[in-house]
Amino acid sequence: MRRAYRRAGSLDRPERVALFCERVADYRARVVRTDASSIADAVAGVADGRRLCVPDGVPAGWVPAAVERVRDDDLAPSELDALDGVLTGCTVAIAETGTIVLTSAPDEGRRAITLVPDLHVVVVAEDRIVELVPEGLESVAPLVRDEHRPVTFVSGPSATSDIELDRVEGVHGPRSLVVIVAAERVGSGA
Amino acid sequence: MTTLRPFPLAAREELQNAQLRANLRHATDTIRAKRARVVGEAPDWEELRAAAAAIKDDVLAQLDRYLEQFADAVEASGGHVHWAEDAAAANAVVVDVARSHGVTSVVKMKSLTTDEIRLNEALEAAGVEALETDFAELILQLDGDWPSHILVPAIHRNRREIRDLFARTISPGLASDDPAALAEASRRYLRERFLAARVGVSGANFAVAESGTICVVESEGNGRMCTTLPEVLVSVVGIEKLVPTLADLEVFLQLLPRSSTGERMNPYTSLWTGVRAGDGPQELHVVLLDNGRTRVLGDATGREALRCIRCSACLNVCPVYTRTGGHAYGSVYPGPIGAILTPQLVGIENAPTLPFASSLCGACADVCPVRIDIPGILVHLRAQAVAATRRPGERAVFVLVAAAFGSARRFSFAQRLGRVAQRPFARSGRIRSLPGPLAAWTRTRDLAPLAPRSFRDWWRAR
Ligand code: SF4
Repeated sequence: MRRAYRRAGSLDRPERVALFCERVADYRARVVRTDASSIADAVAGVADGRRLCVPDGVPAGWVPAAVERVRDDDLAPSELDALDGVLTGCTVAIAETGTIVLTSAPDEGRRAITLVPDLHVVVVAEDRIVELVPEGLESVAPLVRDEHRPVTFVSGPSATSDIELDRVEGVHGPRSLVVIVAAERVGSGA
Repeated sequence: MTTLRPFPLAAREELQNAQLRANLRHATDTIRAKRARVVGEAPDWEELRAAAAAIKDDVLAQLDRYLEQFADAVEASGGHVHWAEDAAAANAVVVDVARSHGVTSVVKMKSLTTDEIRLNEALEAAGVEALETDFAELILQLDGDWPSHILVPAIHRNRREIRDLFARTISPGLASDDPAALAEASRRYLRERFLAARVGVSGANFAVAESGTICVVESEGNGRMCTTLPEVLVSVVGIEKLVPTLADLEVFLQLLPRSSTGERMNPYTSLWTGVRAGDGPQELHVVLLDNGRTRVLGDATGREALRCIRCSACLNVCPVYTRTGGHAYGSVYPGPIGAILTPQLVGIENAPTLPFASSLCGACADVCPVRIDIPGILVHLRAQAVAATRRPGERAVFVLVAAAFGSARRFSFAQRLGRVAQRPFARSGRIRSLPGPLAAWTRTRDLAPLAPRSFRDWWRAR
C-alpha cells in the first residue's frame, strides 16, 4: 500500500505548540500556557475551591492546595457525577487537529473519570505535542496492540449540531475542557 | 417480499414539505461550506483519498482473512464474537444478551447498522426498551419519526418543533427554544439513564483486524457513555467496517470528520480492544453482520459501494437529495450512497427505482472521501433494474424519471421531478406512514436460531 500522504510533520516545536493552542481554542476549549513549575497555579486559576477527581499517577505538584483531590477508588458513576471535575495528563496531543489523546495511563485514569464530571482539566507537556494525526496514532498503536489499552481522542468539549446546525457545547461529556500547555516535560505518563 | 415504495412517489410527497426543504437547504449549504474549508486546508487530501480507497479495496478483496484475524483478536482480548448472516440473527444476539442480564432497557448510540436491522423493534418485541441517546435520534424516537439525513437525522425539525416535543415528553414546562436549553434538557433526561445503564449497544465506524479494536467516532459524548459506563457492551459491526491495521485509522480519522461534519476532528473518537479490568464494560459482544453484504461483494462493479464510511458528503452535494430529503429514499441509507447501496443489499428487484434517483451529475463522486464511482455504479444498477422489471408500466416510469434526471437543470429540477412523478402514481400520505422497507424485508425472513458455527464454516456457506 502506497502512503503518499503526510506522515511526518514539518513544523519546529514552537510552531507546533502554537498551532496546537490555536486549534484547541478553535473548539472553544480554554487554553492556558504555563511552564512546568507553575502548573498548580494554572490549575488553581480554573478550578479553585473545586472537588476534582485526580488519578494516582498525577504528580502532587500539579494539584493546588485550594483543590480538593479525590481519589478514584472505583467511584460509582453517580459519585463521579457529584464531582466538580477531573484533572489528568495525556499521552500525546495532535497539533493539526487540536486533539488530546488519552490511553488510561496512570496520570489519566480509567475512561469514565474523564467523561462523567462536567469539567476536564488536562495538562499537556509541550514535548508530547506532535504535528499530525499519523504521528499521534503511531505513538498509541503499540499500547493498543500490546496492552489492549483503550484510547480516547478528545477534540474540544462535547457538542451537538443537531438543532438547526447551531453548534452547542456540552451535551453528555464534559461541557468545559481546559487545556494547560506546560513548557517542559512534566509528570510521567504512558 | 415487499418492494420499496417507488422513489418518484415518495419524492413527490417530500417535495411538498416546505419546512423540510428549507431546513434541508440550510443544513446542506452550511455543511458543504464547512467541509470545503477544512478539506481545502489539507494539502494531501487527494493522497488520503487514494490511500483510503486502496485500503478498503484490499479489505474487500481479502475480507475472509481479515474477518478471521479480527475475530481471533477480539477473542484473545476477552470479547465474544457472533456471526450474523442477517438482521434476525444479529437481533437475536442482542436480545439474548439483554435477557441473560435480566435488563428491561439498554442504552444505545446512533448506528446506521442497527437501524438497518431494525434492532430497536426486535428489542421492543422482546420486552426490552432501546433508549436512543444521540440528541437527534432521541428526538425522532420520542416522536416516532424516521431519520432524514445520516449525519443530522432530525435536520427536518426546527428548534420550535423540538421544544414543543420536549415539553410534551421529557421536559414538561420547557419554554425556551434556545439550542443550549434544548441540549440541557436532553442532558438532564439522559444522565440518570446513563448512570444506571447495565447494557450498552453501539455500532462501529471501523474495526481493526490486527488488534480486534473497535473505533467509534462521535460528537456528543453519548457514545462514550454507552460504551464505557455499562457492565456489558454489544457492538454491531457490518463486515465491511474492517481495516487491516491501526495505522490505517490515520487515514480514515482524517477523512471522516472533514467530510462529515466539516471539522478537523470530531469531539470524541473512542477505541476499545476487548475488555480491560476495572475500565469500562467487563463483558463485550461483537456481532459481525452480513445482511446482504456478501451479495454486494459478489458484484465486481457494485462492490465499491462497500468502501463507504457513511460520511454523508455525497448527500449534501446531491441535487436530488437536497430537494427531496432522506425520507424519499425509503431506507436508512439515503442520498447517492443509498441509491447504490440499498438496491444491492436488498436486491435490485426490491428497490428498482432507486438507481434512477440521480441526474448523474457526478458531484457525489467528487466529494466521496473513499472515491466511490457512484455514477458508474448507478448506471450499472439501472441496467439491472430494467432487466429485473417485467411489468411494462414500471419500465415506462423509469424512462420518464431517467429523462427528467438526465436533462434537469438545477433550478427547474424539483418541479419537473414532481410533475413526472405525479403521472403514474397519484396518491397522498404522510411520510410517517411510510412502511420501513427494510423492516418489511427483514420481517419476511425466518428468525434463524443462533448457529454456533465457526467462521470458516460460515464463510464457506456464503
Ligand atoms: S458514498 Fe462516499 S461520500 Fe457518500 S457517505 Fe459513503 S463515503 Fe461518504
